[in-house]
Amino acid sequence: MEMRKVISVIVLNEHGVLTRITGLFAARGYNIESLTVAPIPNSKYSRLTIVTNGSPRVIEQIIKQLHKLIPVYKVIEHSELVEKEMVLAKIPLEERLADVEALCRAYNGNIVNIGVDSAIIMAADEPNRIANFINALKRFNPKEIVRSGVVAIER
Amino acid sequence: MAKMSGAQMVVEAMREEGVEVVFGYPGGAIMNVYDEIYKHRYFEHILTRHEQAAVHAADGYARATGKVGVAFVTSGPGFTNAVTGLATAYMDSIPIVVISGQVPLSMIGTDAFQEIDAVGISRPCTKHNFLVKSAKELPRILAEAFYLARTGRPGPVHVDIPKDVTAEIAEFDYPKEIKLETYKPTIKGNARQIKKAVEAIAEAKKPVFYLGGGIIHSNSSDLIRELVHATQIPAVETLMARGVLRYDDPLLLGMVGMHGSYAANMAMSEADLLIALGPRFDDRVTGKLSEFAKYAKIIHVDIDPSSIGKLVHVDYPIVGDLKYVLSELVPQAKEKVDPSRYEAWREILKRYEELHPLTYEDSNEVLKPEWVIERVGQKLMGKARISTDVGQHQMWAAQFYPFTRPREFITSGGLGTMGFGFPAAMGVKKGVPEEISVNISGDGSILMNIQELMTAVEYRLPVINIILNNNYLGMVRQWQTFFYDKRYAETDLSMQPDFVKLAESFGGVGYRVKTKEEFDKALDDAISKGVVALIDVVIDRYENVLPMVPAGGSLYNMLLEYKD
Ligand SMILES: Cc1ncc(C[n+]2csc(CCOP(=O)(O)OP(=O)(O)O)c2C)c(N)n1
Ligand SMILES: [Mg+2]
Repeated sequence: MEMRKVISVIVLNEHGVLTRITGLFAARGYNIESLTVAPIPNSKYSRLTIVTNGSPRVIEQIIKQLHKLIPVYKVIEHSELVEKEMVLAKIPLEERLADVEALCRAYNGNIVNIGVDSAIIMAADEPNRIANFINALKRFNPKEIVRSGVVAIER
Repeated sequence: MAKMSGAQMVVEAMREEGVEVVFGYPGGAIMNVYDEIYKHRYFEHILTRHEQAAVHAADGYARATGKVGVAFVTSGPGFTNAVTGLATAYMDSIPIVVISGQVPLSMIGTDAFQEIDAVGISRPCTKHNFLVKSAKELPRILAEAFYLARTGRPGPVHVDIPKDVTAEIAEFDYPKEIKLETYKPTIKGNARQIKKAVEAIAEAKKPVFYLGGGIIHSNSSDLIRELVHATQIPAVETLMARGVLRYDDPLLLGMVGMHGSYAANMAMSEADLLIALGPRFDDRVTGKLSEFAKYAKIIHVDIDPSSIGKLVHVDYPIVGDLKYVLSELVPQAKEKVDPSRYEAWREILKRYEELHPLTYEDSNEVLKPEWVIERVGQKLMGKARISTDVGQHQMWAAQFYPFTRPREFITSGGLGTMGFGFPAAMGVKKGVPEEISVNISGDGSILMNIQELMTAVEYRLPVINIILNNNYLGMVRQWQTFFYDKRYAETDLSMQPDFVKLAESFGGVGYRVKTKEEFDKALDDAISKGVVALIDVVIDRYENVLPMVPAGGSLYNMLLEYKD
């Protein structure tokens, strides 16, 4: 039985630490659906948010194997969490921007820039809602879509 | 505190760590360090003739003594040659520190001469690794490397030092104590879990001890012997745990797994409780997982939480250092467990032992490898350390040698590295000079580090290499016989060197023997002369290792005999 899991990993900010994590996933055949990383303010640590999937045994192994890496300080297995993801997209100026803007607003977003031939829009919401948003965006012929990956925080 | 160069720090750190011997091979990127070795001589340096051998020798030293083994190599090819050694130590959780030179920091990433991404390569085959960015951090990193290698689940640690860092001057402030906030192995087992495990043992009808290599790493064989004898529960040993119990212990059913004894494998298959102490449920032990110990509840004690529940469901997980866990568990077990309870179970297993004992058919025409191993045992039991290479000879050694103590059997289990035995046996001799160091090898394996004859002769490391010569890559040939319709693709080693002349050309002594008498004479001669020896033993080329559980088969389905 496959399940989706969001895991946060607090790691020492040091040379090669990201390779240790991604290398572990690659070597043991674990999936990474998304991965975000940024330093934790005023500390020597960074926080990674990894979205993965696998059977309960695989998920348990992922958590234990992450723990085993020397620079890993903490592995947080989320059960109760708030998840957000951001998306940026380029929409041709010929599209009906009023409709685009209405759509963005429904997903905590708006138009953030207008260039010579396209508008850049953004939205930030739960990952499954972002998926819906991207679907809905299709009819405005987006030229490019960039997703940030998931960030999460426990409730 | 003194100011000194990075190279000097490396040498000083060895002194701080009490390192007696370093195995190594110099080259451009590590020359500053070698220059300091030349000046100081705090430790003995042994120049092996190949970097792989340096790391295996450090590994053999660590396995025999329990201390951290150390090897130095240069950048690029020096380091890549060392990788097999790191991987070998990693798979068997052996504490070693390997220090490699690297091109100067300013040249990293430019594809400089002898530059390779060493930490990128060693990451998946070490417990941890470091690329040192300044001399200032070198003392801390070296201290952490030794600390990480020997604590928790032991393992190899690799430190890559750019050449300009070894030249840079900084304060040498060697940490007296290491505290890592991100690394805190669990040592003491959970008391409630230990209590529950004891209750499970006391209530079981058909328990069996499944003894693994962790017992040797944690130096807890004495406690295990106490526990086994107090409870009178039968035990099996993995390849890595040979010697935890004495070979003649009535409760020892033998080795378990692919070439385990019938009684040991049946005990696992029929048990209602497995008491797994420091094993890792390797596929060569478990066979088909869905059939493995399928009537048993499982207690698993291991220092590495990721070992527990990795492959099979565990009912009583206990994370901790075996020594601490056992010091809690043994007194409780003595109090709560009634040894007479398992009487009927012991009877069943005794019948299995009698039904298919570990045996072989001796011959007067041709030497049988099993006889050779038994003979070595009769002559050297309790007085020698037995290293091996990889193949049939390794399994015969594991099956037929009369082991009496932990750290007596030195073998590459997890990686199965041909070429391990000879250099490891040199490291063993360095670590335990008062004992005889034997390497049981094959005609294939011995050639994979044969250049070490020179090292052994130069440094007077009288390793006795016993080559069980079947003119085959025997173990592969055996699989071809059983599973590939005798299509012997590239396993015939009829083309052979003259091992006697080969040994002599390096200044060692060679023997070629075909009979029992000749073997006795050769072994006695090599022992009494204390020389580096190659004993080329011509054995029955068609002998197979039995019993055998085909890969992926169930433990209880063993091939017990094979007739052509
Ligand atoms: C470095 C390496 N290469 C290949 C193998 C695969 N292998 C396992 S056993 C074996 C045959 C070993 O032959 P030999 O040393 O003569 O031992 P025997 O089985 O004949 O006793 C081979 C090729 C290995 N284990 N290690
Ligand atoms: Mg052979």
